[in-house]
Amino acid sequence: MSESATVALADQAAARGIRRRRAVDIVFQALALLVLVVTLGALAALIADVWSDGFSRLSWDFVTSFPSRRASQAGIWHALTGSVFVILLTALIAVPIGVAAAIYLEEYGSRSVTARLIEINITNLAAVPSVIYGLLGLGLIVRMLGLGRSVLAGAATLALLVLPVVILSTREALRAVPKSIREGSYALGATKWQTIWHQVLPMAMPGILTGLILALSRAIGETAPLITIGAVTFVTFVPDSIWSPFTVLPIQIFNWVSRPQVEFQTNAAAGILVLLALLLTMNAAAIWLRDRYKRKGAA
Amino acid sequence: MKPFERVIEWVLFLCALLSIGTTAGIIIVLAVETINFLREVPLADFLFGVEWTPLFATPRFGVLPLVSGTILVSAIAMAVALPMGLLSAIYLSEYAPLTVRRVIKPILEILAGVPTVVYGYFALLFVTPILQSFIPGLAGFNALGPGIVMGIMILPLVSSLSEDAMRGVPRGLREGSYALGATKMQTSLRVVVPAAFSGITAAFILAVSRAIGETMIVAIAAGQQPRLTWNPKVPIETMTTYIVQVSMGDTPQGTLEYRTIFAVGMLLFLGTFGLNLVSAWLRERYREEYA
Repeated sequence: MSESATVALADQAAARGIRRRRAVDIVFQALALLVLVVTLGALAALIADVWSDGFSRLSWDFVTSFPSRRASQAGIWHALTGSVFVILLTALIAVPIGVAAAIYLEEYGSRSVTARLIEINITNLAAVPSVIYGLLGLGLIVRMLGLGRSVLAGAATLALLVLPVVILSTREALRAVPKSIREGSYALGATKWQTIWHQVLPMAMPGILTGLILALSRAIGETAPLITIGAVTFVTFVPDSIWSPFTVLPIQIFNWVSRPQVEFQTNAAAGILVLLALLLTMNAAAIWLRDRYKRKGAA
Repeated sequence: MKPFERVIEWVLFLCALLSIGTTAGIIIVLAVETINFLREVPLADFLFGVEWTPLFATPRFGVLPLVSGTILVSAIAMAVALPMGLLSAIYLSEYAPLTVRRVIKPILEILAGVPTVVYGYFALLFVTPILQSFIPGLAGFNALGPGIVMGIMILPLVSSLSEDAMRGVPRGLREGSYALGATKMQTSLRVVVPAAFSGITAAFILAVSRAIGETMIVAIAAGQQPRLTWNPKVPIETMTTYIVQVSMGDTPQGTLEYRTIFAVGMLLFLGTFGLNLVSAWLRERYREEYA
């Protein structure tokens, strides 16, 4: 065989190889895209399923009624008010402590060994299962500190649970404040705390708020830790003080979905719709804040 | 320094220290009750016993059925979350145009933010009935349905952490591979994924830890029957479910029953804490590799 024929054959083989590898590449890309489509489809199926099960049950009466042994008369007013009460109290506890801890780690002790240890510890705490926080709440807050199965005990437990999230997101917001702002403030004779309080915190505020809302929207969906500390499942009143027993929306949903009757499961679906609406509102607020923040940063 | 400034710094420091206090609190609370529990039940009976019937008249405290239930559901969840999460990470990091990323990333965030009790409802009343239509003998409560749903729940975590790791791989490595004539798939699988290996492993381990600690999906959809089995079609119970199950009843403090949930909690804590430490160490390593 002549030399040019060999080269032509080799070229043909190479071209075939390239075509084959391109085809495999396209198949692979399609497969990866398919995975994402399936995932998004699962989310769509979840929402469609809950919507079709629960939408007909939704009414103003459902939202403002108390629980009942008859599914058709049961409502979520006690659970909804319980959830809102607990979350507000959780925010009241977790926000000052979390922001303060983040300020310390970011502005003061970032290079000390203790600060490094605290940092590693916070990363680990963020990944501890929520039910373990429930056991901590039960053993420490409910029993040892004697707070009982109250709104305060629930809020304290959830506050410990979301603290790592609050701290991590606040640190990120603080880190985004340019160094020059701090230096400018020092140059004018401000002390460290004056600089943080009057310059750094106001600038980081939208970022901090976004993180807080995301942390709280995680807390509002939490079920296991509150069941573990003994939040009651059948409450027929609105919690009126930090010492009253309470239940929350996810626990009420859990209670309903665990019953064999279809009517109660319909109630669970309707309760889920209210919970998702609540979460959507909180997340929309977070996104709005983030956008405002971005525009300000660009200007 | 002015005294006021010093006070402020101390207050801030104490707030930061609270996180150490939380860890210490968890360990102390769990340890105290676990030790009390082990005074009455020998450690070997607890760890290697094959029957878990603490609420029966003649109680048995072998934790293996709860451990096997936990491993079974987690394994099913991982079979869904790891390959799918990695593929979606490769797509988002290597293939997806910016507009597609902008749409998909927030949706994945929504998926990660859905409360677990909602996933439990979905597993029990949507996924399991569908599976039952083509898997004969699948019980209404089983490990398969909640396992698959848990996988979908964890997928965004695997995807976003793996994507972060792959985006950390320097561009030059990819360009070198393209220059040698490799396709995107070859570059992704043979260059980018191996280069981001420790980061991806860290994501996988964190996902396993999440699955082991997940509570509500299994409490709702897997049944609450401790059973030493690898059969995904029958009701089982996980460690987390047991803690919730006992908490739903009114457990008097100081009883052996009350202590069991702390002993099981201790096992759960040690398992997940160990995994989290390994994961954090691996993440630290990949940060250094390309820093």
